[in-house]
Amino acid sequence: MFKKILIANRGEIAVRVIRACREMGITAVAVYSDADRASLHVIQADEAYHLGPSAAADSYLNIPKILDAAKRSGADAIHPGYGFLSENAGFAQACADTGIKFIGPTAAAMEMMGSKTRARQTMAQAGIPFVPGAFRGLSSVEEAAEVADKIGYPVMLKAAAGGGGKGMRLIQAREELQSALPAAQSEAQRAFGDGEVYMEKAILHPRHIEMQVLADEHGNTVYLGERECSIQRRHQKVMEEAPSPMVSADLRRRMGEVAVRVAKTAGYTNAGTVEFLVDQEQNFYFLEMNTRLQVEHPVTELVTGLDLVHLQIRIAAGETLPFAQDDVSLRGHAIECRIYAEDPDNNYFPSPGKITLLLAPSGPGIRRDSGMYEGWTVPIDYDPLLAKLIGYGSDRPQAISRLVRALREYFVGGIKTNLALFRRILSDPDFQAGRLDTGYLDRLLQSPHSAASQEDSKVAAIAAGVFAVLDSASPGRVAERGPEPVSHWKRTARTEALGEQLRTKN
Amino acid sequence: MIYDVTINDRNYRLELRRADGRWQCELDGHAIELDAVLTRPDVLSILIGGRAYEIKRECSSLDTHLWVSSTRYAVELRDPRSLRGRSGGARDEKGPRKLVALMPGKVVRVLVSENQEVEAGQGVIVVEAMKMQNEIKSPKKGLVQKIMASEGAAVNAGDVLAIVE
Repeated sequence: MFKKILIANRGEIAVRVIRACREMGITAVAVYSDADRASLHVIQADEAYHLGPSAAADSYLNIPKILDAAKRSGADAIHPGYGFLSENAGFAQACADTGIKFIGPTAAAMEMMGSKTRARQTMAQAGIPFVPGAFRGLSSVEEAAEVADKIGYPVMLKAAAGGGGKGMRLIQAREELQSALPAAQSEAQRAFGDGEVYMEKAILHPRHIEMQVLADEHGNTVYLGERECSIQRRHQKVMEEAPSPMVSADLRRRMGEVAVRVAKTAGYTNAGTVEFLVDQEQNFYFLEMNTRLQVEHPVTELVTGLDLVHLQIRIAAGETLPFAQDDVSLRGHAIECRIYAEDPDNNYFPSPGKITLLLAPSGPGIRRDSGMYEGWTVPIDYDPLLAKLIGYGSDRPQAISRLVRALREYFVGGIKTNLALFRRILSDPDFQAGRLDTGYLDRLLQSPHSAASQEDSKVAAIAAGVFAVLDSASPGRVAERGPEPVSHWKRTARTEALGEQLRTKN
Repeated sequence: MIYDVTINDRNYRLELRRADGRWQCELDGHAIELDAVLTRPDVLSILIGGRAYEIKRECSSLDTHLWVSSTRYAVELRDPRSLRGRSGGARDEKGPRKLVALMPGKVVRVLVSENQEVEAGQGVIVVEAMKMQNEIKSPKKGLVQKIMASEGAAVNAGDVLAIVE
């Protein structure tokens, strides 16, 4: 077993891996940038090494600096966490070249899954299901119509060279192709300098469901059940759960077996995630493989009773998987909320700053993986994920009710967070019925909403007055909070602040 | 003390008195049995007729919210005896308007120059934080009177970045 592991990451995931190291009697080494000297992972580690300036390119993405810290500390393995260098095949290779074990797949497996076209070719040969389509450029409307007849409407035209919706057209019927194909081609030409457009079956209201796999270095590969990840915003996951409310035991087995085949075809080792798109008829299609530990791994840990980071470390140390597929069983239900430093009043834009107050939930069925603490200043330089709140219950309704209860106890002051959003999702009838797809959250946020009860509004009004009376009774306390010795109540409202001068006179 | 309080666009008239640690409270003319204790900065325990609430206060440089259980309420509080009322919406179109940063971050681009004419909704300055860019738009059609931000500068929420006249 390793004696010392360097964690090439920051935030809650670095803290998560430090905890695993400690539980296994392994020395945990943190690395940090200028902005992170006072961050939780540095405080909690056994050793910590400075990398450089705050910019990720000069710190957490800088391979020579991280390898140098590994050598200085004498670490015999590196855990990359997620993001940053975790899916960088060059980094995995550089670790191997330096004689430091990279806790993850081999560079070769990572490289193969990292290239969309190579992954697709290899997986197609292995009989892995893809969204049906023609993955060559369409030269004429006639050809497009022929392909569309074969795969069935509705179909989607997509630019071969790019993404982001440019050159994309949803086609419901044959007669739309006449104008849509040339339009998509010229749009793709303008956006990417390449007018090639291909066709794919349109999956309407898809779900995003992923399967956790685990493979040791001795040819044993298992799947650990799925995670439902359809609740997304700007392609960023906000909430995940395991198991998915729509996946039956039979579908789970079929998806799991395909995921294992994907991993085996790629020669994959360690923890990985196979992502699928699932349509309304429960057909599933391979999207891509994430060659790292996922942010949302705790929901799988709670329903399988396994510790994925322990297992990652054991596999990397050469151990054989301590269980077989038949030993894996799912028990209960887990839901994760990703707490982001985001401003709900400003279109969920990032909201870094100093955390002046932190009240954390606990109690039955509650797990909190956090990278923040009271008094810490959230840096502006990195991803806004602060913490993950995970609720576990013997069934889905209990997991939901525990989260709703825990959210009452949770509060982050000084910065804005998306905490209020979760209460709204958890009490939404569609969510409670498990009616989810990737468009769910956008629809929810656009729908008119008032969580405000008349009774609680009155309570808020009374509390506002009580705060004001107490503030005026001890003006010094207010002054300590910020650079401006101004009662918050004397400030004009946001709308006025945007338009008019802030009155800072008391 | 008498306050006019607005909670999520609903208005209340609140009368509060405190003597010897006991509270007297009237909301819209109705007497309410109230006890309140500040348990830590920005956290209140209040009892209203036997019902217990924990209230958390979230302040930023731009606004204030109160959390009652897990619901967040936008709060405005005014002293009706002071002349500092809310200004009417109609006046907003006239006079100079300040553009403020809504989040701390770094100015990555200044899209206009001083004395340039801008349309309502036109992007003026781009602020970046945590890999996200926020374009701050002109609230009105007019002339850029002054730009206080320069590219690369760090800004805090509430900082005035430019004035459009």
